Amino acid sequence: MRRLALLCALASTLALPPGAAAQTRDVILATTTSTQDTGLLDSLVPRFEHSCRCRVKTIAVGTGQALALGARGEADVVLVHAPPLERRYVAEGKFVGRRLVMTNDFVLVGPSADPAGIRQARQVSDVIRRLGQGRAPFASRADSSGTNLLELKLWKEAGVEPKGPWYLQVGQGMGATLRVASQKGAYALTDRGTYLALKQGLDLDILFEGAPELLNIYHVMVPNPDSFPRVNATGGAAFAAFMVASETQQFIGRFGADRFGRPLFAPAAHRREEDLLRRAA
Amino acid sequence: MELIFRGIRHAFELLLRGDPEVMAIMWLSLRVSGLATALSLVIGVPTGMGLALRRFPGRTLLLAAINSGMGLPPVVVGLVASILLWRTGPLGFLDLLYTPAAIVAAQFALAVPVVAGLTAAAVQQLDPRLQVQLAGLGASRLQTLAWLLHEARLPLLAAVMAGFGAVISEVGASMMVGGNILHYTRVLTTATVLETAKGNFDVAIALSVVLLAATFCVTMIVTAVQQRGARPA
Repeated sequence: MRRLALLCALASTLALPPGAAAQTRDVILATTTSTQDTGLLDSLVPRFEHSCRCRVKTIAVGTGQALALGARGEADVVLVHAPPLERRYVAEGKFVGRRLVMTNDFVLVGPSADPAGIRQARQVSDVIRRLGQGRAPFASRADSSGTNLLELKLWKEAGVEPKGPWYLQVGQGMGATLRVASQKGAYALTDRGTYLALKQGLDLDILFEGAPELLNIYHVMVPNPDSFPRVNATGGAAFAAFMVASETQQFIGRFGADRFGRPLFAPAAHRREEDLLRRAA
Repeated sequence: MELIFRGIRHAFELLLRGDPEVMAIMWLSLRVSGLATALSLVIGVPTGMGLALRRFPGRTLLLAAINSGMGLPPVVVGLVASILLWRTGPLGFLDLLYTPAAIVAAQFALAVPVVAGLTAAAVQQLDPRLQVQLAGLGASRLQTLAWLLHEARLPLLAAVMAGFGAVISEVGASMMVGGNILHYTRVLTTATVLETAKGNFDVAIALSVVLLAATFCVTMIVTAVQQRGARPA
């Protein structure tokens, strides 16, 4: 009996505090690893939580998974970067209120010896063709993330099929993929923010950048509240509004400048997607 | 190599300074895994005893299922638990996904087979004449069970340590059902994964050392209790 009492006492001290219980006003944000790994969300989310007096549950996964979660009503708001896939979901009526938030860009990194001669390439299609010759390994995210989806689109547009022992399908986040590339002397496509944040420990240089196709566009949107009665529509919409508010946009425009010498993202709420894409076409 | 030393030094700095962030993550890990282990004892010990002492059809099959459950992959448990706990899932009304309680539930499912399987083995290796003797002395059923548990206390405490060790060290289920949310569901293992992804290897090593130290302290306490109960040879 004494032992049972001891066990009960132990269990009750271990029991979680009342604050740990589920709160109905929690906002579930499904987003990409790049927004978390660069530290942007760690700075932004507390500001929003303070203003809305709610808790944000940030689930950092690939864009593919973030969209899939949102499309099932398992998230209240998504912050993602795969415009073609996003537009398809919106057309299906799964999401509403899609708003442009910010941009940065993708860069092609690789070993400084550059065996595939990427530095000589003038266009993205040329870069892809050189990579497709397989003179050096290429490390792909292979995880349906926004970065992976863009990479697959680039192969397709250049008419090159990425196949062979040189094409490494890592299946992990951006940081892990960059480290695999660095260890194996491979090329990789990465968002500039993650590369800058991890550059110190990597034997990788930027070999190609600046092409309009490599623009990385982030949107925020909320699951269609008509389809999902359990979604916290108010909270999700409030977070979306917060991301495009002018104060937040100014903060995004400064973020990372102190640590990396240049901001990691460019605020874009005031811009139109068509204009960005026209520049890219 | 230098990185490992830097990580270990960093770990001691964090521990000695009592870094509030790391301390909070450590306490959450200990509370979640401790509670999951305690709950698994409540279900696992009676299940194990039942399997050891009773004979019924399908007993061997059930025992085999529990024994293979000792190697239950955390990601599989995490995936099934996520699907059950989704808002659109059968248990969605509980609003448990991405909460510490969800991690407790998943870790409970991981620990129960370990505790039940090891309890069954511990009770079965007791001398079968002990039961007969207890009955002959006029012990009630409850008294008999209590005495058997007492006799098997050394392997039972080993079962506690095995269960706790399995759940505090797993990352797959905690990541999937907890979501690795800062100040809420971020435990030592998921924090280690995140810091590795961020390239903060020294912090990741420091968190690993904290995890090992915390696990060692808990196991040390249980071992001390166990050895106090051991008869000198």
